[in-house]
Amino acid sequence: MTAVRAEPATTGAVAMQRPGLKVPIALGVFALLAVLLLALLAPAGTSTFSLSASGSGAVQLPQIPLHARTTGIVVSLLAVLMAIGSGLLVRAGRRVPLWYTVVFAVILVVGFLAWATAGHTLPVTGLLESALALSAPLIFGALGGVVSERVGVVNIAIEGQLLAGACVSAVVASITQNLVVGLIGALVAGVLVSFVLAAFSIKYVVNQVIVGVVLNVLVLGLTTFFYETVLVNASDTLNSPPRFANLPIPGLSLIPVVGPVLFDQSVITYLMYVAVVAVFVGLYRTRWGLRVRAVGEHPQAADTVGIDVGRTRFWNVALAGAIVGIGGAYFTLGSVGAFSQNMTSGAGYIALAAVIFGGWDPLRASLAGLLFGFASSLQNTLGILGSPVPSDVLLTLPYVVTIFAVAGLVGRVRGPAAAGRPYLKG
Amino acid sequence: MSDGTAAPVPVGETGVVDAGIDLDQIPPEERAGLPKPPENRFGTALVRIRDGSALITVLAVLLALVVGAVLIAVTDAGTQTAAVYFFARPSDTLGAAWNAVAGAYAALFQGGVYDYTTPTFFQGLQSLGHAIGFATPLIAAGLGIAVGFRSGVFNIGGQGQVLMGAAFAGYVGFTWNGPPVITMLVAVLFGMLGGGLLAGLVGVLKARTGANEVIVTIMLNYIVFYLLDYALQTPFLRAPGSNNPISPSENASAVFFPILPPEYKVNVGFLLVIGATLFCSWLLSRSSIGFKMRAVGENPRAARVAGIEVNRVIIAAMVVSGVLVGLAGVYQVLGTTTTGFTSGIDAGIGFNAITVTLLGRSRPWGVFGAGILFGVFQAGGYTMQAAQSVDINAVQIVQSVIVLFIAAPPLVRAIFRLPQPGARRKPAKRAKAVAA
Repeated sequence: MTAVRAEPATTGAVAMQRPGLKVPIALGVFALLAVLLLALLAPAGTSTFSLSASGSGAVQLPQIPLHARTTGIVVSLLAVLMAIGSGLLVRAGRRVPLWYTVVFAVILVVGFLAWATAGHTLPVTGLLESALALSAPLIFGALGGVVSERVGVVNIAIEGQLLAGACVSAVVASITQNLVVGLIGALVAGVLVSFVLAAFSIKYVVNQVIVGVVLNVLVLGLTTFFYETVLVNASDTLNSPPRFANLPIPGLSLIPVVGPVLFDQSVITYLMYVAVVAVFVGLYRTRWGLRVRAVGEHPQAADTVGIDVGRTRFWNVALAGAIVGIGGAYFTLGSVGAFSQNMTSGAGYIALAAVIFGGWDPLRASLAGLLFGFASSLQNTLGILGSPVPSDVLLTLPYVVTIFAVAGLVGRVRGPAAAGRPYLKG
Repeated sequence: MSDGTAAPVPVGETGVVDAGIDLDQIPPEERAGLPKPPENRFGTALVRIRDGSALITVLAVLLALVVGAVLIAVTDAGTQTAAVYFFARPSDTLGAAWNAVAGAYAALFQGGVYDYTTPTFFQGLQSLGHAIGFATPLIAAGLGIAVGFRSGVFNIGGQGQVLMGAAFAGYVGFTWNGPPVITMLVAVLFGMLGGGLLAGLVGVLKARTGANEVIVTIMLNYIVFYLLDYALQTPFLRAPGSNNPISPSENASAVFFPILPPEYKVNVGFLLVIGATLFCSWLLSRSSIGFKMRAVGENPRAARVAGIEVNRVIIAAMVVSGVLVGLAGVYQVLGTTTTGFTSGIDAGIGFNAITVTLLGRSRPWGVFGAGILFGVFQAGGYTMQAAQSVDINAVQIVQSVIVLFIAAPPLVRAIFRLPQPGARRKPAKRAKAVAA
């Protein structure tokens, strides 16, 4: 929460009442909702949380029965207490730490799950496992967005980079029947889209938002045209790539719950771990990261100390494209295999939201991506189990929560100072 | 974007916000400092044409059509067959490619502008009527996005606002069967209210809490989509007796009536959109609130210092933006698909409108022209797909390449080896733009 009020707002708004008061208010609203929904409107019945992975698992874990009403009362009590606690923290002049909010959210989610799956058995491990897998493209997208925007180029084209990565990786992997080559193809595709973005925004100083939006449309048009004219007629030669199998890491994958969730995933997910750590460490602990941030925050100063602003921007936007492109391969090589038109269906925009939600920080942006991944996984699971709420209404939940979070918790986040501005010497 | 530090960007050619500063607007005393134009009036006119943005637009369209032609030729089956023996008889390949491209673009013209195969002139013009039908909602939504752009807010929530407009207007249209014109107008007002409410919410959130409008509008797109999908499964919106999530048909009294003979498919919605364009034109260049909007869009801090209530202006801009985008949704239910709507009623208009706005450089009549052009492409694209089996997405590619090229005039000039407009002129224009 350090970045929230670091600078007077760019587009202007009333001065906030008191710093930090927004968090308790937001928590209070959610606590109130919890009391209403989870405690007062609780269904009769018991939800069973099944922790062991189906099939594997050295240790069989007990199934945890949670009585919906009791759980609801406990959860909403905890929520109310935590909301009051955050209010007291602010009163004492202290900030509400991030972990506090995260714990609050986790408790509410548990309560919600017990409420929504009353009378059913909820496969917790499977839910989390698919959540992590589904969030992989979002996290790759968010990381690419962070790198690109930190160097000063707004990247709306995440959607296009994902889609290009998905399409090219499927075709390349089909032709070569080699997954690694397919992955490289995805990377190259992302870089190519980035080249256009970088060339137009850096060399021709075109508004970066324009280029990004248009690139999304262009890539969608190109891939769909290619799919309809070429791939449909030659699906067995050009559009039937192999798929990444899950690769359990020996030892680690046997840990109950955590093992199957974190260490029994495909190579793309493992690459994601590497990417998150690499971008985080790189951005804050290396000379490269310092330069990137300098160029994104104050290009004049960076130029003065001898950093080539244009070149730094160009190659880091390309790097961002490579990261996002790998995420695009998830849609084809990482899940269904064959490419189909518009198969990213807006994931790039969600990743963009994760970038802003995460305050342009690689770790927070990844957490935001995880949240969206969890939401889609939850929706799949509840759709199978059947829940008291219509699935369409459930589907809106992550987006509603995001709006609340952006308005209440994050508020006026401050992006890199020079993002979106072309730098012209002289 | 327009901050004081960025130096010689040719104003009016690149930015969304900084549009429309013309040499003619610079008062004579300041123009005195500029290089003297050549004495020859004809020469002056030629130079103006060469340096003007209209030429860039034409060349950009031309370039995009060339890109499209390459795509069509490469993917054409006949060309591919002939290309196998290209070195033996290259003329076969070139001939096949020419046939494919010429056939496709002829079909595009026939379907989008004028069908010269019909017996009478007026029958041929029906194609243009269809194009206007496709263009109308694009213009309405594009105007809304443009008002946002000029005020410095990026309304990416066109999809949600179109759906809101469609749902509100559609609900009035199928529940209330009042007097003909009045029912229609009430439905239109409700639809615009729906779009305005949704966008107004974004404006309030942005102004009060500083929530980033890009993220909020994206989220609202999804929320509205799913909620509408849900409502269409309940008796509230679902047609009685239907198992599919589709609403009842609109009452005849609410449907947009045609203003030309019905086969042209041009209805009163087009008049509404012309009205909306006039309104936007007045709003942005003649009204006080429009001036404030542009001031906030150019530089919110300066606007605040000048005593403009930035928050109110942002909310107002979002509401106007949403009302106009909502009008596009109204057109969809009352003018295009009047037999009941689904959650797919927006048909991509929300996002396509952004491209239209960019092509029109956020100027009302520019958006109008861009919308017509996209409508022509859309209508012609269907004919092209049916007659020449060229996938309609070729049109989308051409459209986006046009916008890319138009956004980068130096690139277009470089491709056609045109001289870049005088470098000495730009700083003066720039200074004026900053001062304005």
